[in-house]
Amino acid sequence: MQEAIAEFVHDGDSVVLGAALENAIPFAATHELIRQERRNLNVIAPISDISTDMLIGAGCVAEVTGAWVGNVSGGMGHNFRRAAESGQPNPIRIYDYSNFSIGMAFFAGAYGLPYVPLKSILGSDIVKSNPRMKMAENPLADEPEPVVLVPALKPDIAFLVVQRADRNGNSHIWGSTGLTQEASIAAEKIIVLADEIVEPEVIASDPSRVLIPGFGVNAVCHIPAACHPAPLIGRWRRDNVFFHDYHKETRAPEEFDRWCDEWVRDLPDHAAYRAKLGGQLEELRITGEALSAPANYATE
Amino acid sequence: MHDYSTQELMIIAAAREINDGERIFVGMRLPITAYGVARLTHAPNAVGLFESGVARYAPAEDMIYTMCDGPNQLGAAWTTGLIQIMGLLSGGRIHAGFIGGAEIDRFGNINTSYIGDIAAPKVKLPGSGGAPDIAAMAERLIIIINHQKHRLVEKVDFITSPGFLDGGDARERAGLSGAGPQVVITDRAILRPHGPENELHLAAIHPDHTLEEVIENTGWDLKSIPEVAQTAAPSAEELAALHQIDKEGFWRS
Repeated sequence: MQEAIAEFVHDGDSVVLGAALENAIPFAATHELIRQERRNLNVIAPISDISTDMLIGAGCVAEVTGAWVGNVSGGMGHNFRRAAESGQPNPIRIYDYSNFSIGMAFFAGAYGLPYVPLKSILGSDIVKSNPRMKMAENPLADEPEPVVLVPALKPDIAFLVVQRADRNGNSHIWGSTGLTQEASIAAEKIIVLADEIVEPEVIASDPSRVLIPGFGVNAVCHIPAACHPAPLIGRWRRDNVFFHDYHKETRAPEEFDRWCDEWVRDLPDHAAYRAKLGGQLEELRITGEALSAPANYATE
Repeated sequence: MHDYSTQELMIIAAAREINDGERIFVGMRLPITAYGVARLTHAPNAVGLFESGVARYAPAEDMIYTMCDGPNQLGAAWTTGLIQIMGLLSGGRIHAGFIGGAEIDRFGNINTSYIGDIAAPKVKLPGSGGAPDIAAMAERLIIIINHQKHRLVEKVDFITSPGFLDGGDARERAGLSGAGPQVVITDRAILRPHGPENELHLAAIHPDHTLEEVIENTGWDLKSIPEVAQTAAPSAEELAALHQIDKEGFWRS
């Protein structure tokens, strides 16, 4: 993943981290972006839990495009607040969306629509605070019908955590997927973080479970628990304690710096992070089975 | 002393707002427990929806911290994407949604974005999530918030999720299809919109709370509906259902 980020992510890029909402958040990529000191990123995610907060604290972020930034366990994200309220460590530009409007902006970006006319954020001051959005009347209606025009989002790159992929990036995902599908098609480049790499035949045996076909994928990285501390269905439980600890240990800028040194900057890679977690990570590993029924694709 | 806590009373009051067969945007914590109580009592055919892309009949068996946690997906009616689930709202197929917030005003507008000036906020709150979409498009809105003067304010600094906007028919004129907030459940009382202005009025006071105290803790000149009731205490059946869900007594204290 170090090579993939070095090659594909540039300062100033728009980066999707956390398209699935609160599961499958690519924290391993978040860490590596901090280690490689990327700057002026536009972080795009509906709800990214503490991933965006970490990147802001580490000085990687110029813009945030999203619906919710904080710590789902702890409430506020301290770095996000500091940046928005007092410009520390640097001022950030916030583009507010609702979940559905950011979703439909990805949809427009994915399928070549210049914008989508939405009704679901009518009445919200988000329309006034986000200069990308514009009020209009439905030109096809006989009666006046207000709509909000939301332009397409076309991110430079999306990082996506999947349960399993083959070496070509064909990826199986199960459970709720948030905006994974739309973000992956809208993004110019895709980097897949696979919990497990399997033979191509395994993925091909169930094409209905493919959410990301390999032909659009720029890099596949095998990183177990890349989602930690977020959950991954059937693989890893959520590390609620870790989220609470982050909240307690990042209240002041110098506290965040200590936290970030300990958990990110002083570690060479995600393998070292997993080793540092040790038994705490093992306890989160899902070992039970609740298997779905097989689907028959036979032709005769 | 009662055989229930304030939070348990709030959960049961919220459960009573769910009708059988309805499709409900649930959310975490208190609302999801209310949904569970409704399913076990008067609304066995209600359906619960979660923005990340989950629809469920029975609520999750195990404790969940986020809607994306494994127990909320195991045995779900549908796991899919956000657009598929939230699109049901825009399609007019959702009966009610729960939301909370940092601030609510007398017209039921909710702020979860900025306290103070947007350009230089005193507090930058986490933001909206899907609440504006739910507030705009669900047929009706069920709001849960703690009853404090700095939370129930005359006018919110920022309308994240629209209630009745400036009151009267402002909501309809803005093109919002749902009926807006129909109930606000607090830890002291229940408010409902009343009169042509759709201003939130006191509708019921929880046992052991007084009119004076409720008014004192409301940031606008709170008026009452003609016949303010006392919130009905939980029935034995409702409490039994709640205890069945809340095995560890999380809501008891």
